[in-house]
Amino acid sequence: MNAYDEERIGRLLRLLPPAPEGWVRAAQELPAARAMLDELVARAEQDAAFRLQLLADLERAVAAAGYEPSPYVVSRLRQLIEAV
Amino acid sequence: MTSRLTDAELVARCRQGDEGAWAELVERFSRYVYAICVQAFRLDDHDAEDVFQDVFARVYEQLDRLRDDEAIRPWIAQLTRRLCIDKLRLLARDTPSDTEPDEREVDDLLASLDDAMTVRAALDKVGDPCREILDRFFCRDESYHTIGEALEIPAGTIASRISRCLEKVRGEFDGRSRGSRPS
Repeated sequence: MNAYDEERIGRLLRLLPPAPEGWVRAAQELPAARAMLDELVARAEQDAAFRLQLLADLERAVAAAGYEPSPYVVSRLRQLIEAV
Repeated sequence: MTSRLTDAELVARCRQGDEGAWAELVERFSRYVYAICVQAFRLDDHDAEDVFQDVFARVYEQLDRLRDDEAIRPWIAQLTRRLCIDKLRLLARDTPSDTEPDEREVDDLLASLDDAMTVRAALDKVGDPCREILDRFFCRDESYHTIGEALEIPAGTIASRISRCLEKVRGEFDGRSRGSRPS
């Protein structure tokens, strides 16, 4: 007796609807976001004025630098900048 | 975007900085993480999205800490579970309530989701068009009519195709492939 009969296979498949596309895309773009973070942190370490801009209004400073201030980038950069 | 790479092979490629492998890893486990958030812990969309992104950010950052590459699935499950509990506790701090789900119920659902992932892997092995037909019918809850239109096949034949495709997936567990490609 196969533990996975047709009825059970159908029932189990129903448990896994797709996650919202935007969520998946954002997670897939993490490597690019990490590269962006590295660049922003390096710039903040070398450029005091840019670092002050980030501390004053992080999202605006990221956008002004030409990057997309995604929620992940903003929250992670906030942690990293405080350590600079 | 599905390959026949094992979980361990996929993890190894991610460690080497292969962005395509990372995209596939996210694709492979996105439904699992999503289901844990919304079904096991009943998070709303906003909170589920926070946890979902946090899970994959941590997986990306901590992949080197995984001791057994084949254990990526239980590791992700454990991480998601922990972050869901953290989120619920944070929410309860702001708005006290008794919303933390029963641990046993969560265990049972996680076990079912683990089985569902095993079935999903078998479905990936069977490949298209079965994968697409079964995904549309069971996972996306599409009607025969919608599936027929999308795949340009007569709606009246969808039920029999589903039945044959289920048989093929079952065949993966029998260690043999039965039936022919759905026509």
